[in-house]
Amino acid sequence: MIKSKHLLGIKELSAKEIYHILDTASGFKDVLKRDIKKVPPLRGKSVVSLFFEPSTRTKTSFALAAKRLSADFVNFSVSTSSVIKGETIQDTALTIQSLGADFMIVRHASSGVPHLLSNILEMSVINAGDGANEHPTQALLDLFTILAHKKRIEGLTVSIIGDIAHSRVAKSNIYALTKLGANVRVICPPTLMPAEIEKLGVDVFHSTDKGVKNCDVVMTLRLQLERQSKGFLPSLEEYFNLYGLTSERLKLAKDDAIVMHPGPMNRGVEIESAVADGPQSVILEQVTNGIAVRMAVLYLLAGVKK
Amino acid sequence: MNILIKNGRVIDPSQNIDGYKDVLIKGRKIQGLYTKGKAPDAGKIIDASNCIVIPGLVDMHTHLREPGFEYKETIKTGTMAAVKGGFTTVCCMPNTKPVNDTIAVTEFILERSLKEGSCSVYPIGAITISQKSEALTELEAMIKAGCIAFSDDGMPVTNSVMMRRALEYSKIFKVPIISHCEDLNLSEGGVMNEGFVSTIVGLQGIPKAAEETMVARDLSLCELTGGRLHIAHVSTEGSVKLIRNAKSRGINVTAETCPHYFSLTDEAVISYDTNLKVNPPIRTAHDVEAIKEGLKDGTIDVIATDHAPHHIDDKNKEFDAAAFGISGLETAFALSLHLVEQGTMDLNQLIMKISITPSKIMGINKGTLSIDADADITIINPENKFIVDPSKFASKGKNSPFNKWQLKGTVEKTVSMGKVFEWK
Repeated sequence: MIKSKHLLGIKELSAKEIYHILDTASGFKDVLKRDIKKVPPLRGKSVVSLFFEPSTRTKTSFALAAKRLSADFVNFSVSTSSVIKGETIQDTALTIQSLGADFMIVRHASSGVPHLLSNILEMSVINAGDGANEHPTQALLDLFTILAHKKRIEGLTVSIIGDIAHSRVAKSNIYALTKLGANVRVICPPTLMPAEIEKLGVDVFHSTDKGVKNCDVVMTLRLQLERQSKGFLPSLEEYFNLYGLTSERLKLAKDDAIVMHPGPMNRGVEIESAVADGPQSVILEQVTNGIAVRMAVLYLLAGVKK
Repeated sequence: MNILIKNGRVIDPSQNIDGYKDVLIKGRKIQGLYTKGKAPDAGKIIDASNCIVIPGLVDMHTHLREPGFEYKETIKTGTMAAVKGGFTTVCCMPNTKPVNDTIAVTEFILERSLKEGSCSVYPIGAITISQKSEALTELEAMIKAGCIAFSDDGMPVTNSVMMRRALEYSKIFKVPIISHCEDLNLSEGGVMNEGFVSTIVGLQGIPKAAEETMVARDLSLCELTGGRLHIAHVSTEGSVKLIRNAKSRGINVTAETCPHYFSLTDEAVISYDTNLKVNPPIRTAHDVEAIKEGLKDGTIDVIATDHAPHHIDDKNKEFDAAAFGISGLETAFALSLHLVEQGTMDLNQLIMKISITPSKIMGINKGTLSIDADADITIINPENKFIVDPSKFASKGKNSPFNKWQLKGTVEKTVSMGKVFEWK
């Protein structure tokens, strides 16, 4: 059973809870294969998204997940709202709650915002990405995708390549994968490695070749192009040379290794087109699975006793 | 009317006194210390049974916010918070609006504190005009107006030549230059200590090196110039080591730390409580131990509050957007007294660090119960427990990370320039 009505991060979940969400998602995956992709459990509930950072895929994925559970979905558009008139985030959130919403899907550039809101709101808060902290539903859909291909998580070797320091996707995946017993490797230049990351039980690599060797899953992350101007990297070309996932490098992984990317991709920066579009890529499956996983999250949180 | 403080344990390290004595106050001055029963009659008797009677506490690092940020604190409320916390003297930092970089601002602060203040207020002037590291302020004029030290606190003096000139030029007046050590490039964007905890909460860290590189720079400049350097709010083990080493080489440096740097670790930030956001940031358990060691062996001379009151609206925000600072005057002594309980130092040393030594560094006649000294006396029940309740602070700033902490050592009465403050 899920203990909290909020999903703030993978940090806060137990392995048992993670598996419960994934199992529930499998059921919804079947729903998505039907001709009529809609079930009634959240009829009469409303889900509001409050995104302080641009997002297309996550927001759309949540919207479809909510609608397929028969909930009403409303996007609270920050760029046209009172937020830009100086309203505090707490006031914005309380306003949305007073409108009668049951779920708030929140994304914010500052870590801890979902936690801040969960302290003042009665409604369920779902973290759709906060700063460099967590993006729990992304990690859950990644696990779901890995499970679909590998049938297990425990004992797998998962190599995560990219801007670990600024990546909430990396963080959530590290928590999720280590909780379920995978071996996690993180691969990136030292300038993009967060402090004391090895204490999370991951192996640190600065060489991509060594890091992807014999792994079961290669996960590449989006490189924010502004990292170069901030002095983390000399050039995007050099980044690609050292950390880009090429067909050549992918050969070092196990033959049946899968390639993942949370999107949106920078082709030619962190991943070569031949790999992104190649037979080992499961990138588009990740997107599809995202809906099933988010349906599971909404469904299970709705069942948590208030 | 004379006042007699009876039955208390008087501890005054400035005179090597520790014993049961009665303190007689006449007007604004101390008339004398008497063995029990030998004091002349007085119009008002204060019973200090079960209490220690010590020189009024002196905070050499306070933000009173006035002029300019009266919504955060005023001279009136800040000095009320001071006496409530046992402080009879505060030295206020110049990062007001306008900055205290002219005699007009200095005079305003002094006039306002005479009119509305509860304790003695000594202004600290800015080192550079507008704290911009571009041009020195007029030290002589500001000292004449009442400034007793200079600092660009809140901002470091980024220009090394300007810091050199400040340390050199201030030698004319023998006033301390108080340095807020922070490399702004290294700390840019940071909101907490950089380390494992910043990694797991996903907040941008401020590396210890941001402080330590500037401590090292300023120690070098102090050695070069023979100036009088005081390092503000030391927070890291590396800084303690650098200062210890400099002192062993005879460099004329003193240093302070604040209660939050020996009472908290960065793990608390997992809660995202913005009351823990302070600059420099709260560091690791390792640093806490080093700070205590530095206090113990004398590397760190002073405990100051860095009282930085904020309005709730400035704290009730996303962690990244919240203001830096802790409202510290009303918890400082009890948190420091805990160090005595832990055996880090004895009461004598504590009183040195929180009253006598800061008075000496700032060159003011405070921190003593000697005859004819100002009647600045703090009466504390060291065994009495209390729960910290920021909503009851006299300070406008309720921003305390110690909310709901149980502490020991209540300020029962504070006598400031002969005026008695009591609560309950």
